[in-house]
Amino acid sequence: MATSDEIFQKVQAALVDALGVEDDEVTPEATMVGDLGAESIDFLDIVFKLEKAFGISIPREELFPDDILTNASYVKDGKVTSEGINELKKRLPWANLSNFEQNPRVQDFGNLLTVDDLCRYVAGKL
Amino acid sequence: MQRASSALTREHLNGSACRRNGGLRFPNGIWPLKVFGMRWFWIDRFEKFVSGVEAVSIKNVTLSEEPLDDYLPGIPHYPHSLIIEGMAQTGGLLLSEIEQFQQRVVLAKVTKAEFFSIAEPGDQLRLTAKLIGRQPEGAFIEGTVDVGPKRLAELELTFAILDESFGKEPFFVPCDLLRILRAMKMFEVGVTQTGEPIQIPPHMLAAELADLNL
Repeated sequence: MATSDEIFQKVQAALVDALGVEDDEVTPEATMVGDLGAESIDFLDIVFKLEKAFGISIPREELFPDDILTNASYVKDGKVTSEGINELKKRLPWANLSNFEQNPRVQDFGNLLTVDDLCRYVAGKL
Repeated sequence: MQRASSALTREHLNGSACRRNGGLRFPNGIWPLKVFGMRWFWIDRFEKFVSGVEAVSIKNVTLSEEPLDDYLPGIPHYPHSLIIEGMAQTGGLLLSEIEQFQQRVVLAKVTKAEFFSIAEPGDQLRLTAKLIGRQPEGAFIEGTVDVGPKRLAELELTFAILDESFGKEPFFVPCDLLRILRAMKMFEVGVTQTGEPIQIPPHMLAAELADLNL
């Protein structure tokens, strides 16, 4: 069983490789989009690198709940409803949604994921 | 002998074509290749092709190629960027073949491109592309380029598979792509993961017959 340090180091290496950032930029609190500059195609690259590094399979919907964020029953006026938030919590138990819940604009969801979230997600797969 | 660069016409079929494996083959084994505008083929042919797993292509570098003239005058060599493109073509076709060449695959990101030397006139590059991961939206290829026993480059490429939000038109006319793939010997060396020969997709054969008004 990998320790949390080992998981972080492998996640850090994948992000350094995929995003061309420095080791010290990849902190647990860093957001993937805002702080590390990840773009949509980078996420595909990161997924492949994590799958290889940890020997796991990462279905897209586990990391990117597009179906929830585009479902009219869970989104009203550009914001995720309370039912939608519940669905997100079920789908992404590893993600910290506390800040997002305060103003759950769909457009902000993309910048929610942090390095720590990614580590927790991977740990749950091992 | 039929030159590879001439257009395919009905005259070529004039009683000499025969059907084989559901397709058309000329008695001399040479397929006419229709050329559209600028050539953008940076591999010459496939040497190995295992569906969904690995493709090995060959690229012969020759002083007669224009890119060698201007890239670095006085030091003719084959540009690294075109080697990357050759790997993108090798890996892109490896990926496209899985879905019978009906998905629109584009090179989205050069994750890694490390070169250890330059490719010079007379070199034969051997490009090996391995499919490492595949998702509905894209795929990841690891590639190596060798000249004989010498490693020339190591590459990692990310491909995107475009959905209909990017339009519906195919990137290639199916019958033209089929002729290019034949010229590259894909269907001569290609096998499935269990070792059977890969087949030409029926939609490409149908498009070719329609193009020939047959």
